[in-house]
Amino acid sequence: MTLRPPRSSLGHVAVTQKVRDGAWRVVELITTPVVPADYLDVIAPLRNPTVLRARIDAVRPETAKAVTLVLRPGRGWQPHRPGQYVRLGVDVDGVRLWRAYSVSSAAGRADGRFTVTVNAVENGVVSSYLLKNARKGMLVHLDLPDGEFLLPEQRPAKALFVTAGSGITPVMGMLRSALHELSDVVVVHSARTAEDVVFGAELRDLAAQGRIRLIERHTLADGRLKPDGLADLVPDLFERETWACGPGQLLDDLEEHWADAGVADRLHIERFRTVVLVAGDGGTVTFEKSGLVVDAPGGTSILEAGEAAGQLMKSGCRMGICYKCVLPMREGIVRDLRDGTITTASEVDGDKPLIQTCISAAAGPCRIDA
Amino acid sequence: MTTLQRKEVNPIAHLSPEDIEQIGRELDAIRDEVLAVRGEKDAKYIRRVIAIQRRLEVGSRAVLLFSVFPPAWILGTIGLSISKILENMEIGHNILHGQYDFMRDPKIHSTTWEWDFAAPAEQWKHSHNELHHKYTNVIGRDNDLGYGIMRVDEQQKWAPAHLGQPLYNFINACLFEYGIAAYDLELGRNLSSKRRRNNPDFRARLRQVGRKIRNQMLKDYVAHPALSVPVGLAFGNPFGAFFGTLAANVVANVVRNLWSHSVIMCGHFPNGVETFERTSITGETRGEWYLRQMLGSANISGSKLMHIMTGNLSHQIEHHCFPDLPASRYAEIAPKVRALFEKYELKYVTGPFVVQVASAWSKVFRLAFPNRKPARPIDHAVPPRHPAEVSV
Repeated sequence: MTLRPPRSSLGHVAVTQKVRDGAWRVVELITTPVVPADYLDVIAPLRNPTVLRARIDAVRPETAKAVTLVLRPGRGWQPHRPGQYVRLGVDVDGVRLWRAYSVSSAAGRADGRFTVTVNAVENGVVSSYLLKNARKGMLVHLDLPDGEFLLPEQRPAKALFVTAGSGITPVMGMLRSALHELSDVVVVHSARTAEDVVFGAELRDLAAQGRIRLIERHTLADGRLKPDGLADLVPDLFERETWACGPGQLLDDLEEHWADAGVADRLHIERFRTVVLVAGDGGTVTFEKSGLVVDAPGGTSILEAGEAAGQLMKSGCRMGICYKCVLPMREGIVRDLRDGTITTASEVDGDKPLIQTCISAAAGPCRIDA
Repeated sequence: MTTLQRKEVNPIAHLSPEDIEQIGRELDAIRDEVLAVRGEKDAKYIRRVIAIQRRLEVGSRAVLLFSVFPPAWILGTIGLSISKILENMEIGHNILHGQYDFMRDPKIHSTTWEWDFAAPAEQWKHSHNELHHKYTNVIGRDNDLGYGIMRVDEQQKWAPAHLGQPLYNFINACLFEYGIAAYDLELGRNLSSKRRRNNPDFRARLRQVGRKIRNQMLKDYVAHPALSVPVGLAFGNPFGAFFGTLAANVVANVVRNLWSHSVIMCGHFPNGVETFERTSITGETRGEWYLRQMLGSANISGSKLMHIMTGNLSHQIEHHCFPDLPASRYAEIAPKVRALFEKYELKYVTGPFVVQVASAWSKVFRLAFPNRKPARPIDHAVPPRHPAEVSV
């Protein structure tokens, strides 16, 4: 928000604007070839209006495998709506990796901060890094909050939340934001054991106060939750507006169950990462802008495979030293033909690494933004 | 097969094709070792150098606001010169090589970086990364050899115009940033005919250079001098302030030009560095490419500070073998690379800065004149000899 001078006349405003633009151009000239913000970054990284960052203000362990980060976002942040996620860019061993995390705090906190709760994923590079290394004062990169897993403005009379594992995080954000506006809430949550329940104490507290009905299922002892079992636990489930978040299998089962009952529109789901990329040999390469699809063998560079199929591609040295051929990979997995290094990209994380097409071969299906 | 520009002695005559491929494999192994540890340390390093350079630049420019006072002028000019050298060498050159692309930080990336230099990054990356680093020291392909204006090898034909090459080289050194911009534009070639002059691609690149130079000049020679005028006014000498700061910027740019020109001359011009025949690189293998980089480059020995100020181009041999590895790792791998040279009886050309600069300049002077002995046409029937076989 900028303060504008009183509008005595439109001409006056235009002149002020012109002077301001001119002054800004001079400032830009003083710092050319970089922008003024690049100098500001050295001392005040949260003040950069074009690069959104956040500082970790506190780190709170939740369970042995989950940790909550209290984040103070910098300039340019826009508040989230309960249930949304935010993408965090974390420098893991010097490499910026992006992952999406649900916001777990209530919306509209007076201090402008928000929290995400990170659950360790098996072989998860970023989650295990944050669990081990997140410290007060650390900087992370951010994207604006996003996602359609939301409570409607018109709050439902009866609500059901079905969650498993880390799927509780967006639901916790919703409960913390809007529980006072909901009168009849059932939460069915699955976790391996009672100790593994993230926000366990808070949920049990809410249940004890009678503000929610909490059904905990400990899968190590009781086995995985099936939709039939859910109907036994919550007999009126189809009368309820339902939000579900958890592993893909659970969500698939629920979708089928709700569709069979003809009430698919009452079920809202949020899927976390669905694909685990495993390096193979060769793969289908899709050039998204041209629509070209190529079957690229594991020993052929994406550049050569694309060119052979008629894709127009930039190239320079064709031996991996000049970086002229780089293209963003939206999703997929490639192998460096020189040293075998694997690079992956996932649409969910929105991370589009630039890959050197002249020395990268497909190691699975790839979608290239070109 | 890589063949040296044929001389009477051939430093690779003793290597079999299998040896050459083995050298390539051993260099690949060194590269893999660095890749295995490349990470947070390298990211921290480049961010730190950038932070230091930006603080130094802002600090020096702040001191130069008081350029009417001689001590402030001297201090500010020294600081600004160092800052510009750091920005071009250890930061700009290395980032534009993609050495830090692995960080996936869009702010520190070869595709987004722009540097404080007349040549636009995009054009420089083409002529430097794509041409010079691929065709290193191949006569007729690598324009870095003499920058197209000098005779740098005995086998090149002498012409009377070469008498002036020490002078051209000195002028090029003083105006190095513009020399490089002209070189990236291939100005000589592209101005030679009307068809080339009117080529829309050339004209677009020419405009891009024009814009870059205009902004650079406005910054250094107008905006910053103007900022010192208020202080000058307060002390009754606004003109002194303006022109003092202007002079400081000119000096800093010239110092940076002379320094980078000298460092770069040391990279490929000193005695002992080999050149290669144009036809020799068809079908070149990876091992042969590595070998050409090893024989076509020369190092500068010196302190850690020396290495940083040269952007680690003092490790030119390591840089040419591994142009995309973080330059601050070159010192670490240099002993291994040097051991490889010794194992295969190759000459690792290195020496102190002053010696290497003198060696490069003496070559510029020597080759300004015709060869003393008329260049003997090479008898391709006689196999070249290894240096050890040639009695001195």
